[in-house]
Amino acid sequence: MTTTPAGSHVSPATLARRRRAQSVRRNWTLFRGHKAGLLGLGMLAFFVALAVFAPLIVDKDGLDLTQATAGVLEPPSREYWLGTDDSGRPILTQLVFGSRVSLFIGIFATLISMVIGTVVGLLSGFLEGWGAKILFRLTEWFLVLPFLPLALILATILGRGLFNIALVIGVTSWPATALLIRSQALSIRERPYLERARVLGAGRWHQITRHALPNVMPMVFANTTLTVAAAILTETTLSFLGLGDPTRVSWGTMLENAFSVGAITTGAWWYIVPPGVCVVLVVLAFTLVGQALEDVFNPRLRER
Amino acid sequence: MSAVVASQPTAPVARRKSYGRYVLSKVLGALGSLAFVVVVNFFLFRVLPGDPARVLGRDRLKTAEERANFRAEYGLDQSLPHQFLTYLQNTFTGHLGDSIRYRVPVSDLILDRLWPTLLLVGTSTILAMLIGVWIGVVGAWNRGRTFDRASTGFTLTVYSMPEWWLGLILIAVLAVGLGPLDGIFPTGQLHSNDVDPSSLEGMFDTARHLALPVITLTLAYLAEYSLVMRSSLLDEIGEDYLTTARAKGLRDVVVRRRHAVRNALLPTTTVSALSFGFVVSGAITIETVFSIPGLGLLSSEALTGPDYWVLQGTFLVAAAGVIIANLAVNLIYGLLDPRVRT
Repeated sequence: MTTTPAGSHVSPATLARRRRAQSVRRNWTLFRGHKAGLLGLGMLAFFVALAVFAPLIVDKDGLDLTQATAGVLEPPSREYWLGTDDSGRPILTQLVFGSRVSLFIGIFATLISMVIGTVVGLLSGFLEGWGAKILFRLTEWFLVLPFLPLALILATILGRGLFNIALVIGVTSWPATALLIRSQALSIRERPYLERARVLGAGRWHQITRHALPNVMPMVFANTTLTVAAAILTETTLSFLGLGDPTRVSWGTMLENAFSVGAITTGAWWYIVPPGVCVVLVVLAFTLVGQALEDVFNPRLRER
Repeated sequence: MSAVVASQPTAPVARRKSYGRYVLSKVLGALGSLAFVVVVNFFLFRVLPGDPARVLGRDRLKTAEERANFRAEYGLDQSLPHQFLTYLQNTFTGHLGDSIRYRVPVSDLILDRLWPTLLLVGTSTILAMLIGVWIGVVGAWNRGRTFDRASTGFTLTVYSMPEWWLGLILIAVLAVGLGPLDGIFPTGQLHSNDVDPSSLEGMFDTARHLALPVITLTLAYLAEYSLVMRSSLLDEIGEDYLTTARAKGLRDVVVRRRHAVRNALLPTTTVSALSFGFVVSGAITIETVFSIPGLGLLSSEALTGPDYWVLQGTFLVAAAGVIIANLAVNLIYGLLDPRVRT
């Protein structure tokens, strides 16, 4: 405020923008203090670049079964840095293109789960009477459904496809987000400024969209980053169990293939180790960033 | 904490229920969840697109007549409400249908496959709990030191791993062997074919077969325990009662064991009881990788086919497990900490 000369006219929009920029700067400073979070962010940037520029880094023809010219299960060499698979395709090419599937499914599934979770959580926190009770029960019921068996059944019934897998992960993973948002919403509802808004005649819709939603967004954001990690792990597991998209190469389908052609007993480590390492690195990156964000947005945690 | 409570004197204080009423409400809630699972289990398989007779009989049922016979055999030609009532009646009397693949009742299959899974997951959960809690306690108590940083890095890495991939790597290294080194463990199965599993020799044999899967699952599970334990112990470390305990002249070890850890154990109890409920889910991939004939392998095998009634049955058992574990946690919690009975 001291930077604004007394008497000069500043529109509320400018003020709001300025305040937002300030809080972004403050949060970034806090985030920068997290070595682990920065490491995660760096790893994430690397994999995103890999996914975006995949066709520039490796030749897409390497994915084509009919164009494979190399020997079967060749160990790493100067020509094929990470060796070849059981049909003579270079592992490195599949690895680079696999990052696209993992990141896409991770983010898309999380988006679905986040939207359902936030809407259900906010509504069950703000509605009263039967509506809230039913939504809360529903969340609790979905929470006890065993996640992997349900995802397996849904994937079997819906069929194997990129969107279906994301959908399956999305609709099975929202209850945890919903519960988190609900508890936040319940505490926000009791705060004085919302009481003031109610006294001034704010309707439920206005309270939720203008006051509660902006307040829970940081939590949603931090939680989302952790959900992406879980979604990527689930995609890998579903693909490994043979429910992945058969038309695309992902790290999970690579591992499934490696397992089924017996790469373990033949000692073809270059077919098993790299995809798994990629999964671990990406999931770890999302987890580290998510934990750092939680720290930044949750002052109670920061004191520890 | 007390300041927060004192600043909200206007908040309505919920009346605390007696333990009896608390138990009743939790049991009713669990029954509600169970009913929900039973209904979902039916509609998942009937309402979603796809005719079981077509999907199931893709290879075997060629003519329309064969398909009609199949539908009649499984009651699929009845109306939906009628099918639902039959399903309810069958489920409550323990008839979960017949496996298409094995041609035996699903309930027999499940009972048969339950023990290997319980043995595998039970052993791993207990080991993970003990080791995980220990790592969490030592890490939190020596926060920021080498042990803490190394153990946090290790647990986070294991936490980010698909547990079956860890299993594959362990098989490759310890069962198949690296280069000139031979493997020391079997690559899979519950026991060798030529040994009687009930003899003493057979038990050693089973233990040798279970060693790798148990190590894998233990590593996969312990991350959660140690992370939860570490953070809840860190919450306690700044509390006044620990300063009091030290002021009394208690040794550091005693302060930690008798005061801090005891109070920090509650969240870990919840995690452990809940993870018992996810027995089936946890075992699916590991049993597939190590080909251990348990519930997990049963459900992953049922995917190829698909063997609808087996999937339905294992799903019901898995969900019931979670609900029962949840109920147990709530009941124990209500006994330990009366504040939750509101």
